[in-house]
Amino acid sequence: MNKQEALFKYLLYLGDNGLVQGHRLSELCSRGPILEEDLAMTNFALDYIGRASAFLKYAAEVEGAGRTEDDLAYKRGERLFYNNLMAELPNGDFAYTMAKQVLIACFEYLLFTELSNSIDETIASVSTKTLKEVRYHFTHARDWCFRLGKGTAVSHAKLQNAFNDLWMYTGELFEMSDWLRLLANEQIGCDLSLLKSKWNEMLNLVLKEATIEVPIGDYMQTGSRQGIHTEYLGHILSEMQYLQRAYPDAKW
Amino acid sequence: MINDTQLDLWEVFIQSRPGHHHTHAGSVHASDKAMALQNARDIYTRRNEGGSIWVIPSKYVAASNPEDSDMFFDPANDKIYRHPTFYAMPEGAKQI
Amino acid sequence: MTSAAQDIQFETKIANDITIEPKDAMPEKYRLHLIRQISQHAHSEVIGMQPEGNWITRAPSLRAKQILLAKIQDEGGHGLYLYSAAETLGIKREEMIEQLHSGKAKYSNIFNYPALTWADIGAIGWLVDGAAIVNQVSLQRTSYGPYARAMVRICKEESFHQRQGYEIMATMMSGSADQRQMAQDAMNRWWWPSLMMFGPHDSDSPHSGDAFTWKIKRKSNDELRAKFIDKTVQQAEVIGLTVPDSELKWNEAKQTYNYGEINWDEFKQVINGNGPCNKQRMVHHVKYHEEGAWVREAAEAYKKQLNES
Repeated sequence: MNKQEALFKYLLYLGDNGLVQGHRLSELCSRGPILEEDLAMTNFALDYIGRASAFLKYAAEVEGAGRTEDDLAYKRGERLFYNNLMAELPNGDFAYTMAKQVLIACFEYLLFTELSNSIDETIASVSTKTLKEVRYHFTHARDWCFRLGKGTAVSHAKLQNAFNDLWMYTGELFEMSDWLRLLANEQIGCDLSLLKSKWNEMLNLVLKEATIEVPIGDYMQTGSRQGIHTEYLGHILSEMQYLQRAYPDAKW
Repeated sequence: MINDTQLDLWEVFIQSRPGHHHTHAGSVHASDKAMALQNARDIYTRRNEGGSIWVIPSKYVAASNPEDSDMFFDPANDKIYRHPTFYAMPEGAKQI
Repeated sequence: MTSAAQDIQFETKIANDITIEPKDAMPEKYRLHLIRQISQHAHSEVIGMQPEGNWITRAPSLRAKQILLAKIQDEGGHGLYLYSAAETLGIKREEMIEQLHSGKAKYSNIFNYPALTWADIGAIGWLVDGAAIVNQVSLQRTSYGPYARAMVRICKEESFHQRQGYEIMATMMSGSADQRQMAQDAMNRWWWPSLMMFGPHDSDSPHSGDAFTWKIKRKSNDELRAKFIDKTVQQAEVIGLTVPDSELKWNEAKQTYNYGEINWDEFKQVINGNGPCNKQRMVHHVKYHEEGAWVREAAEAYKKQLNES
């Protein structure tokens, strides 16, 4: 695989994570536990989709085949998506949504801190902007973990349950692949595996304060680096891509 | 439901430009300071209006009485709104 | 509750266009009228998030998706500003939500119609927001301060909403045959309900007398409706959409459009609960409110632990 191919895949990975998590958060519109939270979640969805658009636009440029960010978002099949499995998991209840958000945001905070220093100018500038957003996503989710973890017995149980369920999807966040390694070596990307210990530190502080036990379990789900996903992604794409696929000649 | 609330009402003040006063922008609901600040940001600075945000539970804002007469100023009458929540009602009192 | 002196003070302020603020003495009927009007306006914004939210995940381009997300966020925000304004009059948001659920408080009829296709999202932005803007510009000068200020804020944010919808319609009308058909179909279904948004004819509107006296309402239903029709017909013509009204005709003498008779039976039916989505909208709102109770309770419990209050 050459550098251009690796970079293209990398930009899909970065874009798809935004696109798929943005999709999940969009589903929460008009479903929040209080109106203010409804706004917060749609606000985050907007952040994610904006980031996805920026990375996919750049991906299309790098590919150099005349495709656009919309072509990439709306016409690729399940096996060509590179988002982490965690992103495509359903929102579940509010505890689940916040647990998923904090796990992802904690990781993305570390990732985009690194990528702000990428020698690729576009990646660096999109990452710098994204980092501002991610810090807010993290703070928001973290504070809700405190409220739910310590609030009532019911909220505590739901939050612990959510972390327990999500745990096996966390290992994959730090998985490397040949294309990731190539780009890390070029200082365009970074070594994800090196982010793990810092992530554990940050997360443990959150869980401790929230009185949540760190889930036990070594088994980790895997596959997205090869485009192997959960059954959820197919359904997400059916919905997301419907109009473009139903009216292939139409411009929207 | 007795325990189910929309949390508390907070007043929001935004400083639209450095050096300017904070101006009242409206209210948000929240249960703690962190939530109030985040909600205020989401609702009142969506179009990047301003940097600094102040929030305060509405019940802590004291307001002057429009028909003020120094002699008859009643401290219990100094809340900013007509919120019934500011007044502790005896349990069991109906329609109040 | 107000003394004679206070009544005179209130009426003088109204006469001189001095805004009424929360702590000013006001007739009880004025306060109740405003609570009803402002809370129903707030409920409308929130319920409106349902039909529009229906299409976020299926928005056909990343740009359209972002714009729709931003728009719906705005609508939710508008609901929040309006609930805040209503709360200054002595009603809690919990009470307003209860009133919505019990049917005691209504919301704009328009959201009892379904968003069936992507073109509906265009029609809603263009026609429904377009109608709302006509109404809201007028409300910026309403007599009650918090309501007027909320409306100023809302109007500033509203300008892109209508353009968003119109752009969707324009894109589709210059697109494929399927797209043009979809756009015209949405126009056919949303035109008349949009006209109904302005309420009954002036002669049939039970609340409007007081609303005018108290300068809550500054322009009549029919005046606003005519303003909407006059600006919108031209916009439809520019992109090639047909207005589904065979009696629509420009009146040269009055410099306004004559239009066909609104189906007031349909209006009454839908406003009384017999519309395509009334039940669905309410079930949805109640469901997520109830499902959110444990979250709100947890926040309250945590607050007590923080000893912040």
